[in-house]
Amino acid sequence: MGTGRLYVAVAAGGFRRYATYRVATAAGVFTNTVFGFILAYTYTALWQEKPHLGGYDQAEALTYVWVGQAMFAVMVLGSNGFEEELIERIRTGDIAIDLYRPADLQLWWLAADSGRALFQLLGRGLAPVGAGALFFDLALPSSPVRWAAFLVAVALGMVVSFAIRYIVALAAFWLLDGSGATQITWLTGVFFSGMLLPLNVFPGALGDLARLLPWSSLLQAPADVLLGKADPLGTYAFQAGWAVVLLGIGRAVQSAATRRVVIQGG
Amino acid sequence: MRAYRMIAAMWIRSTMTYRASFAMTTFGNFAATFFDFIAILLMFSQVDELGGYRLPEIAFLYGISGIAFGVADLAIGSMDRLGRRVRDGTLDTLLVRPVPVLAQVAADKFALRRLGRITQGAFVLGYALTTLDLDWTPLKVLMIPMMVLSGGLVFGAVFVAGAAFQFVAQDASEVQNAFTYGGATLLQYPPSLFGKDLVRGVTFVLPLAFVNWVPALYVLGRPYPLDLPEWLAFAPPLVGAGACALAGLAWRAGLRTYRSTGS
Repeated sequence: MGTGRLYVAVAAGGFRRYATYRVATAAGVFTNTVFGFILAYTYTALWQEKPHLGGYDQAEALTYVWVGQAMFAVMVLGSNGFEEELIERIRTGDIAIDLYRPADLQLWWLAADSGRALFQLLGRGLAPVGAGALFFDLALPSSPVRWAAFLVAVALGMVVSFAIRYIVALAAFWLLDGSGATQITWLTGVFFSGMLLPLNVFPGALGDLARLLPWSSLLQAPADVLLGKADPLGTYAFQAGWAVVLLGIGRAVQSAATRRVVIQGG
Repeated sequence: MRAYRMIAAMWIRSTMTYRASFAMTTFGNFAATFFDFIAILLMFSQVDELGGYRLPEIAFLYGISGIAFGVADLAIGSMDRLGRRVRDGTLDTLLVRPVPVLAQVAADKFALRRLGRITQGAFVLGYALTTLDLDWTPLKVLMIPMMVLSGGLVFGAVFVAGAAFQFVAQDASEVQNAFTYGGATLLQYPPSLFGKDLVRGVTFVLPLAFVNWVPALYVLGRPYPLDLPEWLAFAPPLVGAGACALAGLAWRAGLRTYRSTGS
């Protein structure tokens, strides 16, 4: 089996695995829709008070809300990514088996996580946006080119999201219990991705900083490409730059971890 | 209650084994909710009012909602793991012990780190109380502990009812999040922001409005959007007790439908 085909098979496995949990997916769609409604109402009040806040009109702001709900599971802004499992494997020592496999650890998990993200995009992304479009006046583009550009930004954002979580998961080699680290990553992600409030609305230097951090690749960047607020090529360069840097750090942490840390139970 | 205390104490001892992680998760709990409030502060850096309410008033709603939810989450926040126990069959071990199942499930994985959420809510409430310009009467002061306690009961009932639902739909723990976390988020904002139907729903169907909206608007001297009689502001303890009774019935019905997995 060629290496390319191996990773495609791993990704397909990741997709199928999440596709098995139909009730959980439906429950997730329901929850994202409820949160979408709450946010949509608060954004409506905010934009009524100050129209064109952050450069969005009200329909664009509401579109941002529902795109955010669609990205919530894709970018793992809550929980339930691969990292919990990887941390558990590090804690129990099963990671030793993974390291003997004739496959690259980082690429293996990236493939599995891509499959997961693709499923979440279809399973948990489309329905909330549909519900939002039914009840609110959204500014969804009609041009297929814009949608395609959006999907490329989503794919790049997903790689950045993976790269961040991979580094955090590997920290379990030193921390043993990774729940604190994953929790802090999760909430930094929610805040700096623009999930609570678009980064364009953050005032002054905080806004500038937030837009430079990698988390802006997860929601703000794809949403701005979809809304036509950002140049796609520049956005891709930004996202790809962070992806390369973070994957590189992950690789360095991986080799440090496998060299220096004694496998538990080994 | 004794069983609940013993199981909770055991979990506290167990989490204290990884002290660094405990400190991080407690701080994480504090910060997670703190970021929520920062988002509200950021909104108010752009506007003076939201839905006709100023920042101290929204901080008041936020603080009460946060503490009440935090109390319920600390006491029985692990109930959302019930679906997993039904699925993998580990609920059976709880059924054979001579202790109420509800106490065991409620105390399961008892997490002291959830104090972080209560602390954060208390800070925001403290800020609200020092900046609000109100004519405080003894009655209004007494309303605050009343809201926190009966709000905790209402949220607790939602947790129990959600767990009862998981006997039927095992993978649906996220539905519960929509009502618990979603409800707590909803109550952080004034009812004037939301559609009439949504406000009716959380007043008459799922009585979340009694956690803070109905009593807090009385304290703030603001009319409730649905023209409810004013005495309803004092109803939260009754509503909380009623909700708990109904949730208890739902729990028993759920437990009766339970069929173990495997052979």
